Amino acid sequence: MTVLSKNPVHSVIYLIGCFFAIAGHYLLLNAEFLAVVHIIVYAGAIMVLFLSTLMLMNLNDETEQHKPALAKIGAVIAAGLLLLVLVAVLKKADALPAPVNQDLSIGTIKNLGKVLLDEYLFPFEFSSVLFLSAMIGAVLLTKKEISPQTPKGGF
Amino acid sequence: MFSVVPIQYYIFISTVLFCIGVLGVLFRRNAIIIFMSVELMLNSVNLLLVAFSTYHNDASGQVFVFFVMAVAAAEVAVGLSILVTIFRNVHSVDIDELKNLKH
Repeated sequence: MTVLSKNPVHSVIYLIGCFFAIAGHYLLLNAEFLAVVHIIVYAGAIMVLFLSTLMLMNLNDETEQHKPALAKIGAVIAAGLLLLVLVAVLKKADALPAPVNQDLSIGTIKNLGKVLLDEYLFPFEFSSVLFLSAMIGAVLLTKKEISPQTPKGGF
Repeated sequence: MFSVVPIQYYIFISTVLFCIGVLGVLFRRNAIIIFMSVELMLNSVNLLLVAFSTYHNDASGQVFVFFVMAVAAAEVAVGLSILVTIFRNVHSVDIDELKNLKH
């Protein structure tokens, strides 16, 4: 439905529903912290960003032209073939052994924080640099040209 | 009490989600919807990572999901700002109309 609905705002709403379903799956898999973070980050932040951008651009279904029918059929065939191949390969794979005795405390904040800050300390710091550069990039890209003398398109 | 759903089902559901994302990228012309489909693909991979991390009793998988979320958030911020800039210049986000590099 995210793909097929004509109005982009409806697509966003359907995508939020899909994200909540995925968060439910995380809860089923005993990853409570990830479920909460998923809801906050995706449904709270990313989707709000999408919605505000959509409303900023003021697009609706009349303005959007769709691809020609041939391209649509081609897209459906390509995606269907990918699905077919993946499912066939995964069905052929050996059956996995039964899970080892499970430890319920894996998804807790305490355990995740220990792993994150012990083993993955360097990637953690690196992601902060990534966020800083993304923030600077977003601000720089969307700011309007201040002086009319600056050549267009040259930052 | 642990997860009663076998891991094969999680593999199949994330495969289906990934293929829906691929279909969305190929099917639509609106660049924002293409971005959302990319998010869908990232989420299917996240779901598979969490399923295997629970299966193998290893917290590293969930930490990876954490990093994927961070990268996805940064990517969405930069991508949407690029789209806003494009829209300001061209007044369209239709990917079939964005075919020239100069204006």
